[in-house]
Amino acid sequence: MDSPPRPKLDAVPPGDPRDRGGKIQPMLIVNGLRKHFPIRGGLLNRKIGSVRAVDDVSFVVLKGETLGIVGESGCGKSTLARLLMHLIPRDAGELIFDGDGVGEQRGISLRELRRNMQMVFQDSYSSLNPRLPVEDSIAYGPKVHGKSRKEAKEIARDLLTKVGLRPELFGSRYPHELSGGQKQRVNVARALALSPRMLILDEAVSALDKSIEAQVLNLLRHLKRHFNLTYVFISHDLNVVQYISDRVLVMYLGQVVEIGPVAEIYERAKHPYTRALLASRLSMDPDERIDDPPLTGDPPNPINPPSGCRFRTRCPFAEDVCAAKTPLLGEWVERTTHLAACHMEDARSGHSRAVRASAPGARTHMVAAE
Amino acid sequence: MTDLTLGSNILTVDDGAPALKVRGYWATVAHRLRYDYVTLFFALVIVLIVLAAICAPLLAPFDPLKTSMVYRLKPIGFRNFLLGTDELGRDMLSRLIYGGRMSLLMGLVPVVTATVLGGMLGVIAGFLGGRVNMLIMRTVDIFYAFPSVLLAVAISGTMGGGMANGLIALTLVFIPPLCRVAETATTQVRNLDFVEAARASGAPTASIVLHHVLGNVLAPVFIYASSLISVAILLAAGLSFLGLGVEPPTPDWGLMLSTLRQAIYVQPYVCALPGLAIFITSLSFNLVSDGLRQAMDVRI
Repeated sequence: MDSPPRPKLDAVPPGDPRDRGGKIQPMLIVNGLRKHFPIRGGLLNRKIGSVRAVDDVSFVVLKGETLGIVGESGCGKSTLARLLMHLIPRDAGELIFDGDGVGEQRGISLRELRRNMQMVFQDSYSSLNPRLPVEDSIAYGPKVHGKSRKEAKEIARDLLTKVGLRPELFGSRYPHELSGGQKQRVNVARALALSPRMLILDEAVSALDKSIEAQVLNLLRHLKRHFNLTYVFISHDLNVVQYISDRVLVMYLGQVVEIGPVAEIYERAKHPYTRALLASRLSMDPDERIDDPPLTGDPPNPINPPSGCRFRTRCPFAEDVCAAKTPLLGEWVERTTHLAACHMEDARSGHSRAVRASAPGARTHMVAAE
Repeated sequence: MTDLTLGSNILTVDDGAPALKVRGYWATVAHRLRYDYVTLFFALVIVLIVLAAICAPLLAPFDPLKTSMVYRLKPIGFRNFLLGTDELGRDMLSRLIYGGRMSLLMGLVPVVTATVLGGMLGVIAGFLGGRVNMLIMRTVDIFYAFPSVLLAVAISGTMGGGMANGLIALTLVFIPPLCRVAETATTQVRNLDFVEAARASGAPTASIVLHHVLGNVLAPVFIYASSLISVAILLAAGLSFLGLGVEPPTPDWGLMLSTLRQAIYVQPYVCALPGLAIFITSLSFNLVSDGLRQAMDVRI
């Protein structure tokens, strides 16, 4: 059997002409992003409460990095992704894309943002139009942005090759004629059709078989180098996030609880929630069986989150101060900054286990399930 | 460490399959219909009825309006009158052929108009949601609350008889159900990720509706509309029967049934002919619509 021609995926030379803010300017700055979904009911459909899906989230995505976002189901990861894509309006907060405020007077327009930032959806079943051949699904975006029918088709076929699907074989197929992995490759191709600089991958590989997942992950790494992309990789799978990310952001109940370089997070997690999450991973070694779940119960209701630290209801180290004061994440400085929103990380918080020394780099080594 | 580096050399998917013969949606539907002989047979019946209606002047042996005092209520096969004559001595065959024109007109025009109008309303309501949806759908619900026969009679009764008013009445009767079907289908599609993806690519709403919503809404609306044709024919016949539709002496199956009913003890078979025509036509449309529904129900 002759092997099909391998697509060429060489890294583009550094110095992207689309770069506006320079190397050091982060690709995306998210500042105080908030989304509360109103709950209506009762007489006259009044607002009787709100789900705090994303509550005051701030972070930075650096150019060329992969920022992994992890958290339990319902912690607001997907809402965050949709907010970044402006698929739902935000209640508060600002987004700065490569130095330009999104939707601001002298900033970048929504249309332009969307050309630069695209999203890969989770559900490969509903993310492709069942009535369109996949080629046309990919070509739709470029067509909307003024490319001719022929040019758009060309782009689509080229991208199909680059995601590893032979266009003459797959281009005219309908989504139901593709496997889950193939569909997800098409989804990636569609997201790349506008040649964006940043991709938001919302659980992009979560629904796939493990072997297919690995293939798609590797494909994503190749594509990132080839197209000089920046990824925001959202997943609940800690292993996948560890594999693909440069930095990791941990979310809990709509808030950022910890952010830092991937090695730091996975080896020296500061926040008890992160440690519990990591401890809940299954070990390959039968001697290291987990008998007691490191985290019990469900996350509290985001309609009425606990006062102070939102994790205190499940935290083994919770004290009075945790209910009284909300722990702050602190100031993010640079690539290697490792922050956790926990009173134990703040020497002046009054928590009995708070880091004593003011010396930087002092770490607390505690096991979550003691 | 996790073993995720596995397959790092895998870049191109090649499932080893030869170039698949890919059929589009409509090709699949056509392929399925090809082996559905019942549907094909009744589709042929419809084609014949339509052809007969179009070529009525060529086919009809007599003038459908020419009365004769001598040959009143003659039985089937009497001399040159293949299907007998009616109470005014007019040739039944000619009148049945000409009557098909009216029945088809009353069956197809309201359904097509209502499909366009109701479908549009439904897609707008479904896609925009919120207050617009509320306004459109509640208005439609008011009409929907009445039984269709009653509504048709009420509307054409208020506006007076005549063909134009009958058409308007039937159209108004069919808009609510079609609107509802379109709205349901649109609401389902609207929340799917591919519509979100289209929005994320910066496409304007009109383009999203045109390229991503309509294609998925068309099939259920079309299937439902086809099942309404026979209902429309029956309703139109009913209106004529009550004297609210077509006015005499225009040949119309419903009207013929109405005027011939006094002669039911004199010439029962002749009197039953318009009813038979209505029955065959509406049955054909029903069965073809059923076949279409099965063929178009491609689970994608």
